[in-house]
Amino acid sequence: MDWLGAGGGHVAESCIASLRVAVNQTGPIPLAADFICQPGELLALVGPSGSGKTTLLRTIAGLYRPQNGRVECAGDVWFDAERKHSLPPQHRQVGMVFQDYALFPHLTALENIQLPLRHLPQPQRREQAEQWLAKVRLDGLGNRYPNALSGGQRQRVALARALARDPKVLLLDEPFSAVDQVTRRRLQRELALLRQQIEIPIVLVTHDLEEATALADQICVLHNGVSLQQNSPEALFSRPATPLVARLLDRHNLFEGTVVEVAGQRRLQWGGTYLEVAEGLTNLPLGETVAWYLPPSDIVLHRRDRPSQGERENPLTATVSEVVVLGGITSVSLSVGHGDMLRFDIATHAARRNQLTRGAVVNVSLLAAGIHLLPGHRVRADAHDKRK
Amino acid sequence: MDWSALSVSLRLAVFTCLILLPIAIWLGRSLAYARFRGKGLCEALIALPLVLPPTVLGFYLLLSFGRDAPVGSFWAGMTGSGLNFTFSGILLASLIANLPFAVQPIQRAFEHVPHNLREAAWCSGLSPRQTLLRIELPLVWPGIMSAAALTFAHTLGEFGVILMVGGAIDGETRTLAIAIYDRVQAFDEQGAAQMSALLLLVSFITLGLVYGLAGRRRWARG
Repeated sequence: MDWLGAGGGHVAESCIASLRVAVNQTGPIPLAADFICQPGELLALVGPSGSGKTTLLRTIAGLYRPQNGRVECAGDVWFDAERKHSLPPQHRQVGMVFQDYALFPHLTALENIQLPLRHLPQPQRREQAEQWLAKVRLDGLGNRYPNALSGGQRQRVALARALARDPKVLLLDEPFSAVDQVTRRRLQRELALLRQQIEIPIVLVTHDLEEATALADQICVLHNGVSLQQNSPEALFSRPATPLVARLLDRHNLFEGTVVEVAGQRRLQWGGTYLEVAEGLTNLPLGETVAWYLPPSDIVLHRRDRPSQGERENPLTATVSEVVVLGGITSVSLSVGHGDMLRFDIATHAARRNQLTRGAVVNVSLLAAGIHLLPGHRVRADAHDKRK
Repeated sequence: MDWSALSVSLRLAVFTCLILLPIAIWLGRSLAYARFRGKGLCEALIALPLVLPPTVLGFYLLLSFGRDAPVGSFWAGMTGSGLNFTFSGILLASLIANLPFAVQPIQRAFEHVPHNLREAAWCSGLSPRQTLLRIELPLVWPGIMSAAALTFAHTLGEFGVILMVGGAIDGETRTLAIAIYDRVQAFDEQGAAQMSALLLLVSFITLGLVYGLAGRRRWARG
């Protein structure tokens, strides 16, 4: 059987089958978010605790009603504050996996999965529930009560129950937070596999950036109920829209520079260095101070023995101020004269080969194409805002 | 052996349970979920029969059941008969006296149903009514059973309230507990002993049955 009975028909409808959410309210929980999730796409809502992630998920499911906003899924309007229209959760056809799974303790795994299938006649209901059980690899455990299942097995039952409803959108609220790490890895892998067979929008709430990066096609960054930026993980990590987004994504290498002209060329003055920037610098007025960000992957370490690619681009001499070995990866901090600190990761064996130890003097290049300008933002002013 | 007293006691206990439990489920559930001003006051009012001496409660009921009091006159207008010294009267008194015994266990049980189970049921397409029947009631079943057991046992043993409101009219308001007292007053110790033993047995069997029913849950933890 096909997953969700979703055949080719869904592909043609994919444009209108997307989930669109726009929410706005000042209290009691401040929210100002809007995002879109295409069918078959996994959108991760990330942000620190209290950033409104779960409230947004509950808004989609109809368990929370914001003051203003609109929720639209597969062409149906589920919620429209202006028209005072709100479908109850029963009529929204959402598959929801709750953070602690919310399995019904008095029903067996099979009965839990059968519950959303009540529109079918009993024999068919059972058959379908058993198929779902097999799909989440729990064959033979259908007669167990939730308290006799492990955390990972419970999560699978919850996922099967959510999908059994043939939902128009799958909502996952921190689905991997209640299991140990080995199980979490396995479940994440299974979700990634399962996704290939689902043609509906999937919204994942998580505070785990690694998880979001690994699983999501799109990430929406939230802070205090406000959606700051939505993009693919790669784009987000290389081009955060604001210093705040960069910080929420645990990005370092956030600095300030001044636009200057050197020998007829626009350059970004950073301390005593004049940086060449591939994009965006020509539009900025001279003398303007802007925040800029550099992904750690765009810091190239010059090898001591022989020159490497990109050596001519923004060369810089710096002193190693910190070397932290985290298993196979070593995090290196470089002090660059005027007080700023460059941070990048390098394979531990490469760090050894290059004799990266505290106090060592090294040469690096900052790739011009990697330098991302954040016009209109200052690093410290934003830092101050954050504390408010 | 005063069989008519036994019959009055059993009828009173059964009717009290049958009428009170649906009310207690509604009240207990509302109190468990709702947040409103004066909720504490409501709970205090329901718990009052627990702490009041039965004679005090009985006295106030006797007053309010009178034909010129609001409750009594309303009842008389509806049925044409009075409440004091009738079976209906002691049944109503018993319902009020048992309110805390029925409501509190059920309220506690509803409070222990995780909130997200109801939401999970809604997200599975269950209407609020189906959620109540298929999810909530099975989960609060032990609470309902213990409410039933407490109410039944407490009604069998109630003395002060019944005596104040009902007197001791044979076949109408004289319960087993009152009959035992009458026998002791009449120095019929053997009769009192027989009836006491019977009351003990009936109470024990009822409680055993009820707790047995409540205990049969394969899914329960521990």
